[in-house]
Amino acid sequence: MRYLPHTEEDVSSMLQAVGAEDMDDLFSMIPVKCKMKDSLNLPAPLTEWELNAVMDGFSKSMAVSPAYKIFMGAGSYNHYIPESVSYLLGRSEFSTAYTPYQPEISQGTLQAMYEYQTLVTRLLGMEVANASMYDGASALAEALLMAARITKRKKVAISELIHPHYREVVRTYLEPGDYEIVELPRLENGRTDISDLASMDDLAAVAIQSPNFFGCIEDLQAAGETIHEGGALFIASFTEPLAYGLLKNPGCQGADIICGEGQSFGIPQSFGGPGLGMFACRMKHVRDMPGRLVGKTTDLDGKPGFVLTLATREQHIRREKAKSNICTNNSLCALASAMYMASVGGTGIRELSCLNYDKAEYLKRGLREAGFGIPFDSPTFNEFVVEFGNNFKDIYNKLIEQHIIAGLSLTPWYPELSGHYLLCVTETMDREDMDTLIKEVRS
Amino acid sequence: MKEPQGISGLKLNEPLLWEKGNKGRRGFSMPRRDVVPSPVDEGITGDGPDFPDLSEVDVVRHYTRLSQWNFGIDTGMYPLGSCTMKYNPKVNEREAALPGFTGAHPMLPIELSQGALELMYQLERYLAEITGMDAVTLQPTAGAHGELTGMLLIRAYHKSRGSSRSKIIVPDTAHGTNPASASLCGFNSVAVQSNEKGIISTEAVASIMDEDTAGIMITNPNTLGLFEENVREVAEIVHSKGGLVYGDGANMNAVMGIVQMGKIGFDVMHLNLHKTFSTPHGGGGPGSGPVCVKNILEPFLPVPRIIKEGGRYLLSNDLPESIGKLQAFYGNFGVMIKACSYIMSMGGEGLKRASQLAVLNANYIKENLKDSLHLPYDRPCMHECVFSDKLQEAEKVTTLDMAKRLMDYGFHPPTIYFPLVVHGAMMIEPTETESKEDIDHFIETLKTIVAEAKKDPDLLKRAPTRPKVRRLDETAAARKPCLAG
Repeated sequence: MRYLPHTEEDVSSMLQAVGAEDMDDLFSMIPVKCKMKDSLNLPAPLTEWELNAVMDGFSKSMAVSPAYKIFMGAGSYNHYIPESVSYLLGRSEFSTAYTPYQPEISQGTLQAMYEYQTLVTRLLGMEVANASMYDGASALAEALLMAARITKRKKVAISELIHPHYREVVRTYLEPGDYEIVELPRLENGRTDISDLASMDDLAAVAIQSPNFFGCIEDLQAAGETIHEGGALFIASFTEPLAYGLLKNPGCQGADIICGEGQSFGIPQSFGGPGLGMFACRMKHVRDMPGRLVGKTTDLDGKPGFVLTLATREQHIRREKAKSNICTNNSLCALASAMYMASVGGTGIRELSCLNYDKAEYLKRGLREAGFGIPFDSPTFNEFVVEFGNNFKDIYNKLIEQHIIAGLSLTPWYPELSGHYLLCVTETMDREDMDTLIKEVRS
Repeated sequence: MKEPQGISGLKLNEPLLWEKGNKGRRGFSMPRRDVVPSPVDEGITGDGPDFPDLSEVDVVRHYTRLSQWNFGIDTGMYPLGSCTMKYNPKVNEREAALPGFTGAHPMLPIELSQGALELMYQLERYLAEITGMDAVTLQPTAGAHGELTGMLLIRAYHKSRGSSRSKIIVPDTAHGTNPASASLCGFNSVAVQSNEKGIISTEAVASIMDEDTAGIMITNPNTLGLFEENVREVAEIVHSKGGLVYGDGANMNAVMGIVQMGKIGFDVMHLNLHKTFSTPHGGGGPGSGPVCVKNILEPFLPVPRIIKEGGRYLLSNDLPESIGKLQAFYGNFGVMIKACSYIMSMGGEGLKRASQLAVLNANYIKENLKDSLHLPYDRPCMHECVFSDKLQEAEKVTTLDMAKRLMDYGFHPPTIYFPLVVHGAMMIEPTETESKEDIDHFIETLKTIVAEAKKDPDLLKRAPTRPKVRRLDETAAARKPCLAG
C-alpha cells in the first residue's frame, strides 16, 4: 500500500527492537475476548485508477450547474469561486496542518485567521469575530446559549422566518437545558412580527435572520430597539453574507451577536457541508463567546506575531465549565472565505452584491409580468418567494427534465403556503436562463 | 547525527491584508452585467464592508508567503498525540473536488442526488463494520460534535424509558471535550481515576455507578496510549445499572480490524474522519465526527436518515424519537468523500495493517527513548506513548523547552501537557505513515535534545530560534486582547 512506507525488513527489525515476535504480539495487552476473530468485511482495495472511476461515476450522477439551471438557494448558494482561491487553499502547508497549538510554526494559519476575524468584523459591523464555527445553524444555537449565559435567562424567541433547518438545530441544542423557545410569527409583508415582544420581559435573546428565509430584508434597526427595551440580547442570523455588500450590516443596526453561514464566500456547496459558521459579538461579551480566537502579540525579540488566545473559555482548559464544547472548527473554510473576500475586495463586493440584486429583481419583475404573484412586498436581495399556484408541481417536474430547477417548494415547512416557491438568482445565472424560466413557467 | 532537517531558509515578510493593495484593484473576474440596475430602497443600503482592494497577484503572493510560515504533514513528521496526523492522500482531494460533488445543492429532489446519497450510505456501512455497530449517522461535523450527538442519544434513550439520569462518568484521562459535551447535555460529569496501570479499574467504576448515572464515556485506547483492558467488565457494571457506554473514537487508529468496539460493550461511539480516516485537518477543521450506535439507539439518531429502498436512496425524516438535527444539512459531505476514498483504497486488510504499523511505530519510539525520557507507564503501548520531563527537572528544562527545541530540528512537537494525569506530559503519536528512517531521525533528535538539556539548558530555553518568530507572549495576548485589525 503506497501510504504505508514499511518494508518487511523494517517491520522485522522494529519488532525485534521492541521485543515482539510478530505483529499479533504487539497487541497482547488486549484481552483475547476483546479481539476480532475474523477480518473486516470491507470491499477489496481499489487502485487509484479504479477509485477515480468509481468516484467519477457518483459525481456524474449529480445534477449540478452549468448543465442544470438551479434557481435554488435556501442556505446553499452557487457563486463563482476564483481559481486562485481553490489553488491557494490547496497549499498543503495550510491544509495538512493541525490546529495552531504551536504558534512559532503556525504563523501562516494564525495570521490568516486574524485577518479572517478582522474581515468578518468589517463585513458584519461588529467588534470581534471568532475563528469559525461548524456552520450557520450550529452558530445560531451557540449564540442563543451564549445569550442565555450572559443574561442568566432561559427563554429565547426566534423568528419563524429563520431557516427551518437552523430552527431544528436550535431545538436539538437547547432541548436538554430546560430552555423555552418561542417562535415569532410573520407579517403579511414577509417580515417577522415583533409585536408580541413587548409583552415578554424575561427573554435572554431574540433571533432574527436577514435576509430571512423568504429572502425578505428585515427592519433590524426597529427590531433591535424593541428587543433591547425588554433587556434581551439581539441575535442577527444570516445565510447569505453577500447581501451585506449592498445592505446595511446587522452590527450598525444594534445586533449584539451576529452569526450565520459563510458558504457563499469561496466555499463549494458540497451537498451542504463543510460550510462556515461566522460568529461575531460585542467586545464586552468576548469572554462568553464560544470558539477559538486568534490575537496579536509579540515574540521575545519584540517582533509581531499571532497566538490562540482567551483559551480559558475553552474545553481543553475548563473542561465541564467551558463556554462550549467546540474544538475542531472549520478553519480551512474560514481561510477560503478570507481569500475570497480579499480577492473580491471592497469595491468588488459592492459590485457583485448589486449584480445579484439586479439579476434577482429582473427575474422577479419578469415573473410578476408573466402573471405570478409575489406575495411578500418587502425588499429582497437575491432570493424571493413566488406564488406559482397549486398545479405547479407537474410543470416543476417537467422543467427538471429540461434541466431547470424552478426553486424550492415552501410547503414542507409552511403548509399554508402551498404553491409558493423560493427562488434564488446569483451572478452565475445569465439573463437568457432567466428568460427561459419565465417562458417555461408561463406555458 | 544526520544533518538536522531544520535549517534557516529565506522567508519573506508579509504585511496584513489591509496594509496592501490600492483602491480600484481587483482579484476577481466580475461576471458580465446583462441586466439593468434596479432601484434600491435607500433605507436598507449600507456602505459595504471596508475590505482592501487587491489584485490576483497580491492575493496569491500574500497567501503563498503565509503558507511558508506554516508546518503541515506534507512538511514533515507531526507526532501530535491524540491527533493522528497521518499522511493525507492526494487522490482523496481529487475526488472531493469533482464537479458533481462540489456543485451539489443539498435540497434538490433526491433523484438528482443519488450519487452523493449512495456514497454516504456506503460510508455508513463501512464505518458500522469497522466499529462493529449497527447504524451510523454522518451528520456531526467534528469529534466534539459527535460527542454531543452521543450524549443527546443517551439522554433520549433514558427519557424514552421514563427516566432522567443526571450523571455521566468520565475518566480523568479523557479529552476536555468529553466533560464539556456532557455538560452541554445537562449531565454532571463524575470523574473516575485511572489506576496505577493507567487504566480504569472495575472497582472504581462499581463504586460510583448508580441508577442516576446515564453512562460512561471511555476513550479506548485511552489518552495514555493504553488499551482499557477491563472494558468488557466495566461495560457490564454500567449496563447492569441501566447505563450506556460511550466510546470516544479519537484513538481508533490503533485498533482498526483488531477490535470492534460494538462487540465489547460499547453502545455508541464517534469517529474522527479527520484523524483515523486520513482527511486533512485544515489547520483546525473542517472535520467530521460520525456517530455509530447499536440497535437500541437507532430510533434516536439525527434526521434525515439515508435509507435504501428498491435500489434508490432516500432521505427519511420519519423518526419520531429522533434527537433532531445537528447541522444545517447532512454533515460535512466534502470530508466524507475523502474518508470513503481512503477506506476504499485501503480495504479491510490495509486498515488493519495501518493500525499494526501505527502501534509498531509508537512502541519503537517508546523503547528507544525510555532511557532518555521518563516513561510514567512502562507497559506496551498502542498507537501513542506518553513521556514526561521528570528526568530533566534538575536542569529545570521542561517539556515545553524540549518541544520548542524540536522545531529547530525540523519536527512538529508532540502534544504537550496532556493527558493531565501525567505531570509535564509529552504525548507522541507517530502514526503509520512515518517510515523507519524518519522515526529513527526523530528518536536521534530527541536524544540530542536530552543531551543538550544537560550540557546547555539555556539552548532549550531560548528555542526555537529558526522559525519565523520566537516564543510569543501569550500572557499579554490574553490580558489585552487584540483580536482584529
